[in-house]
Amino acid sequence: MADTPLLSVSGLSVAFDTPRGTAKAVNGIDFGLDRGEILCLLGESGSGKSVTLRALMRLLPERRSKIGGRVTIEGEDLYALPERRVEDLRGKTVSMVFQDPMLAFDPVYTIGRQIAETILRHEAVSRAEADRRALELLEKVQIPSARRRLDAYPHEMSGGMRQRAMIALALACNPSILLADEPTTALDATVQMQVLLLLRRLQAETGMAVIMVTHDIGVAAETADRVAVMYAGRIVEQGTAAQVLKTPRHPYSVGLFASTVHAGLKHQRLDAIPGAPPDLTALPAGCAFAPRCPRREAACEVAPPPVTATADGRSVVCVSAAALARS
Amino acid sequence: MDTSAVTRIPPNQIEATRSPGYWESVARRVLADRVTLVCLTILATIALAAIFADVLAPADPLKTSMAKRLRAIGTPGFPLGTDELGRDILSRLLHGGRMSLLMGSWPVANALVIGGILGVTAGFFGGRLNMAIMRVVDVFYAFPSVLLAVAISGALGSGMKNAIVALTIVFVPPLVRIAETVTTQVRGLDFVEAARASGAGSATIIRVHLLPNVLGPIVVYASGLFSVSIILASGLSFLGLGVEPPQAEWGLMLNTLRQAIYVQPWVAILPGVMIFVTSICCNLASDGLRAAMEIKG
Amino acid sequence: MTMVPHALPPVPDVGGPAQPLLKVDGLTKHFPVRGTGFFAPKLVARAVDGVSFSIAKGETLGVVGESGCGKSTTARLLMRLIEPDAGEMVFDGELVGEELGIRDLRRRMQMVFQDSYASLNPRLIIADSLAFAPTVHGIPHAEAMAAAAELLEQVGLDPKAVLGRYPHQLSGGQRQRINIARALALRPRLVILDEAVSALDKSVEAQVLNLLVDLKRRFDLTYVFISHDLNVVHYIADRAMVMYLGKVVEIGPVDRIYADPRHPYTRALFAARLSSDPERRSVAAALEGDPPNPINPPSGCRFRTRCPLAGEICAAHEPVVTDLGEGHSVACHLADPASGHSEASRHG
Repeated sequence: MADTPLLSVSGLSVAFDTPRGTAKAVNGIDFGLDRGEILCLLGESGSGKSVTLRALMRLLPERRSKIGGRVTIEGEDLYALPERRVEDLRGKTVSMVFQDPMLAFDPVYTIGRQIAETILRHEAVSRAEADRRALELLEKVQIPSARRRLDAYPHEMSGGMRQRAMIALALACNPSILLADEPTTALDATVQMQVLLLLRRLQAETGMAVIMVTHDIGVAAETADRVAVMYAGRIVEQGTAAQVLKTPRHPYSVGLFASTVHAGLKHQRLDAIPGAPPDLTALPAGCAFAPRCPRREAACEVAPPPVTATADGRSVVCVSAAALARS
Repeated sequence: MDTSAVTRIPPNQIEATRSPGYWESVARRVLADRVTLVCLTILATIALAAIFADVLAPADPLKTSMAKRLRAIGTPGFPLGTDELGRDILSRLLHGGRMSLLMGSWPVANALVIGGILGVTAGFFGGRLNMAIMRVVDVFYAFPSVLLAVAISGALGSGMKNAIVALTIVFVPPLVRIAETVTTQVRGLDFVEAARASGAGSATIIRVHLLPNVLGPIVVYASGLFSVSIILASGLSFLGLGVEPPQAEWGLMLNTLRQAIYVQPWVAILPGVMIFVTSICCNLASDGLRAAMEIKG
Repeated sequence: MTMVPHALPPVPDVGGPAQPLLKVDGLTKHFPVRGTGFFAPKLVARAVDGVSFSIAKGETLGVVGESGCGKSTTARLLMRLIEPDAGEMVFDGELVGEELGIRDLRRRMQMVFQDSYASLNPRLIIADSLAFAPTVHGIPHAEAMAAAAELLEQVGLDPKAVLGRYPHQLSGGQRQRINIARALALRPRLVILDEAVSALDKSVEAQVLNLLVDLKRRFDLTYVFISHDLNVVHYIADRAMVMYLGKVVEIGPVDRIYADPRHPYTRALFAARLSSDPERRSVAAALEGDPPNPINPPSGCRFRTRCPLAGEICAAHEPVVTDLGEGHSVACHLADPASGHSEASRHG
């Protein structure tokens, strides 16, 4: 059991039929997730990060989307399982927190009831036991006067409290993988910090693995063990958080970090990446970043660049990967 | 500033690069929707037949003949038979269609104008004005629409004009409500704020920014009322509150042919079939239009 | 070829460079809120409560704060999109509403909103959206259309590719450039940017920030830059104003405030900034709990319920604004030696 990776994704691709043509949201990505690891998928809108996350839970509408590649969770091929088994998996082995907690909660039931129902759905415990665990979970996510909050309806809580309650719901059955889709994006700065620290602490306590989807480099820096940078449905660079965030190699990562405003740039011109992300219904034949890339070569426009892995355990998808590693 | 380096694009070139507009794409989607297209064709045929009833009708719709009462469908000279007074059914259906369609469209058109103005006003200006208009409208909601129509018609007396007035009063409240809801939604959008911030007056904002965005949904809703109006008008005539005999009108015909249901059942249901076909086509076309309009831009 | 004159001439300066472009005094807006239940008492949200500041000609004032702090309401009050309950505004020496009419104010002051899509009428092509404001101010339609093309070039877009399009056919970055162009169409002197770059992707945000810096110089503009992103405000602003629950808690030159924040809330806000270095992560949250609701705000200092240094005086009295010199002022008892706060001397 210890040898099988917790989660492995190989050649995952997702395409949607849209009125304007087929949108290639994810285009062949590979990554693995070890037990107890926090992986951040970092990318801008349309990079395919959220679609990837949903594909890992088989949440995409199956009729409208074409999904290719393999996703294995604890050795089981996710897309070969019958729907019933997938339902058992969701919430128990893999669970998810969203940007908007109102999506996760049913507005007509109390928070406590919904958490208890989730426990009852997956485990053979008594009602009283489920209620007791629900209270414990709310305390664990540091909701003040948790006993009272059990009887609160989702709309009666503040944004930060709801986010905590959603994390409690996601952790109800001690999942081994937590998928978090921009969990702090909608929150105020002071609350965002509280929730990120909470997630970090809960991860350390439970030893679960986390995949965090974010567009915010700060969120990645605060939480990630490993970072995968996504662009136009591909992972363009992967490595430890320190490797990727401190010495980015892929021209897109370099450009993204350079264009992110931080202290010390005052009165300077920002190094913006020119242009805009490509149209997913008409991706270029070669590297999707080539039209915006300062290091573009003839080879970039012919075929997608290969994955280049380096000795230090990172990988870069760029024709000049070798040269980038040296510089 | 140096303006010589700046390219100027004459307006006719802007027109040349103009993307297909909203209504153009809606039309394209309607044309691609077979059900809606069939319904619209049927409606157009019925409407044309009603308009040209004078030319198309083989006989005088009012000419009675005691000798030729209640003939069956297919009788020579009377392709759809005759009614209880020996009048030609086909001619009466054509002329009656004119009356029925009029009774269907007039009240809705009136209500669209009155309800639209009230609703947009309430929605755009909000506050006390909104409160006043909407509370008055709420009073009308207390009565079922059929009952309200019958009551008003009864009070005004029978006749086509009074029936139209009664039906208009019935349709104003729902249109005010829908217009108010849509307007309130659009008014809250940033582009309306931006227009106010540019110093534009209320009239300009309503004309340029509000109406193009709210008219579509309001008109679609009204088109759905068209069939209700035909049915209600027929109902009023059936009760003797609408069009008066010997005028031909589908509801009235259904009423008078009622006694003949055992003698000539197929002839007797023909006006009912017309009402049914017209209203169902109206509803389906209205749904199709609604679906086609659910696109961006 | 005849030269098309500028659609609208810029509004001339009145009081010279020393006179503030905008002076706001005691701006207040309370919204009535319907309580739950029929007999519930009427509640009031104190969205903006006595806000005063001034903006010098040519500067950028950054406004920061969390949700519910009143920064967006302040923007709408400045534009007079909502009527203030109290307070007065003086634009370049002219009292708004008396010496300067609202319509003339809106010619001098324009606004860019956060949501680039909702900001544009979906039924109008871009050319019509851009020409709308000038035509309202009496410019012939054909001239306004010609000026629209010029404006698009100013914001770095190709007029031929954009003018005939509808908003939904463009990207978020393009739409926001168009919104900026529309704001500039009236040749305003002050532009309020309400979270104008917040919804954009980072790579596009940088492009738009560069553009804003260029336009400011080219058109001689003054900005009010509202944002929740402290890094962006630090980058673009000359002075910063920190708001909390409808009040200004600290205002001053951006370098001073960022180097030496004096209000406990400002400090907490800065401490909540995410690290960009995975080897130096934040270890503790600076504040507990969510920002409270502007309905029934706490007595005295509004921040006291979350303030780690709150004393008895903070519940009893509202802090006065203390001038710390060089245009830096703060509304906190700790900074005021006369306040009676037990720790005032140590922190002040």
